[in-house]
Amino acid sequence: MFKLSEEGLKYVRSELTRYEQKQSAIIRCLYRAQDENGGWVSQEAIAHLSEVMEIPAAQIEEVATFYTMFNKKPVGKYHVQVCTTLTCGMLGGRELTDTMMKEAGCSKTGEMSKDGLFTFSKVECLGSCDTAPMLQINREPYIENLSEQKGIQLVKDLRAKGGK
Amino acid sequence: MAETKYLSEHYDKKEYRTLEGYKKLGGYEMLAKALKMQPQAIIDEVKASGLRGRGGAGFPTGSKWGFLPNNGEPRYLLCNADESEPGTFKDRVMMEKAPHQLIEGMLISAFAVKSHKAYIYIRGEYMGPTMILEQAIREARAAGLIGKNILGSGFDCDLDLYLGAGAYICGEETGLISSLEGYKGQPKLKPPFPAVQGYLRKPTIVNNVETLAAVVPILRDGAAGYRKYGTEKSAGTKLFSISGDVAKPGTYEVPLGIKLMDFINVEAGGMKPGRKLKAVVPGGSSAPVLTAAECQDATLDYENMAAKGTMLGSGAIIVIDDSRCMVDVLSTITHFYHHESCGQCTPCREGTGWIEKIVKGIVKGDGKPGDVDLLLKISDNMKGRTICALSDAAALPVLSFVTKFRSEFEYFINEKKSQILGTKLYAQSSPYAAHAEAH
Repeated sequence: MFKLSEEGLKYVRSELTRYEQKQSAIIRCLYRAQDENGGWVSQEAIAHLSEVMEIPAAQIEEVATFYTMFNKKPVGKYHVQVCTTLTCGMLGGRELTDTMMKEAGCSKTGEMSKDGLFTFSKVECLGSCDTAPMLQINREPYIENLSEQKGIQLVKDLRAKGGK
Repeated sequence: MAETKYLSEHYDKKEYRTLEGYKKLGGYEMLAKALKMQPQAIIDEVKASGLRGRGGAGFPTGSKWGFLPNNGEPRYLLCNADESEPGTFKDRVMMEKAPHQLIEGMLISAFAVKSHKAYIYIRGEYMGPTMILEQAIREARAAGLIGKNILGSGFDCDLDLYLGAGAYICGEETGLISSLEGYKGQPKLKPPFPAVQGYLRKPTIVNNVETLAAVVPILRDGAAGYRKYGTEKSAGTKLFSISGDVAKPGTYEVPLGIKLMDFINVEAGGMKPGRKLKAVVPGGSSAPVLTAAECQDATLDYENMAAKGTMLGSGAIIVIDDSRCMVDVLSTITHFYHHESCGQCTPCREGTGWIEKIVKGIVKGDGKPGDVDLLLKISDNMKGRTICALSDAAALPVLSFVTKFRSEFEYFINEKKSQILGTKLYAQSSPYAAHAEAH
């Protein structure tokens, strides 16, 4: 059963009073629950947030399912989100995704690698078209100006880092 | 060289990001000046400057502010930093390099429109800028620039950051408001416009990052000073994001009204070696595409772009060279709009999906005779029939790509391959393509 940490509960409580109405805190609290739940938002996490925030679960689920950045099923430790829209699509974002997926051992997007380290998603324009192709891992700052070679190296580096 | 570092004068200096560095270069002096002025005098100055919304619509900022009713209700100022229009990245650059310029512009604007609460709505993916802005807000709050009795003026204004979570539609101002209120970010019918009934049903102004930042130099140089740049109807400078098949993609600030080809050839360093210009998407993916011939006499201002049947939009220029297959380029755009349709209105929800399916079919070699006319018919039926402009934004690129490059689409349907020799098509070569698009 998912429960937020003490720190997490404290965070949620402060978010609840941050905005004019408490439901505006849902996005931030979902991020927190996702971070504490290994990168995805489970039904248990929504139920728990509903109880802590005193907001109907359906209302939290509405937000969780509307926005792309909440994962509704488990993802690898590194959720690699490669931009494939327009400029990134033209400059190799799609091919980069394939190459990195092959290196990471993922057979399709949205699927976790066997070692639990990687899940790949093709995402829509991330607003960094001058550094195409580029990607974002989890909610970290962007990794830009990539090539297929750099992508392979990135997977190798992450595996070395994440395997420990 | 047309590059004019007006708003971006100090963007190259790293210390400009910090409160101390920003102040050393004259930062927050205009806020102090504004707080001694009459709010209406600031609105008049912004009106006279001719500043127009830099997010895409180009609506006169001062006029927008003038729509607020005088009914004594609390007012809100929202900064739209959801920047999600494919090709656009200038707001990210501004927030990373000059967070205090945005904060100062917002505080001046809040004072002008008599708002005591302002939010920056930033897209969830922008973690880099978010961290920089959060730090800047903390600094400004600690220095008494945000909060009660700012600089001893008696004016109170709180400023906070609101994080989105991945939805293009939240860049539409009523969608943004829905999201800020804690709901899914679906747009609402207008009227009532946000200036009358916005956030929490109170009068609300939503302005783009660049628009709010521009208020600072307008106050410094006056409307006349600002009007030294640009044209009569498209006043001032603008930051353009240029990407795609050019030698030096990036963000460059230039006066409005300069020649598009000069911008591509000088600022962006021209085409890649050995390549020729084929087409330009001039104002973000929603803007109808221009052929190379149409680009020759185009200028970067609202009027000329409208006269050419397209729009300046957010100032996102995507350059496409002669190695590109237009069917393939369009396929990433149609996928985008299908993914980002919020699903409220049937013409958009169904239309974006139908269009994507047809274009994807053509790229895979499964195109059927009649697809071209069907695409035109569906797109035409998506225009002007929905709550917000996303449906139109999805239809316009399809109409323009298919009309202006019709022979490429027809060749692809008949021959089951691209007319552009040597094109390696992702949809036909990738073992992952079938699954990859299924989300």
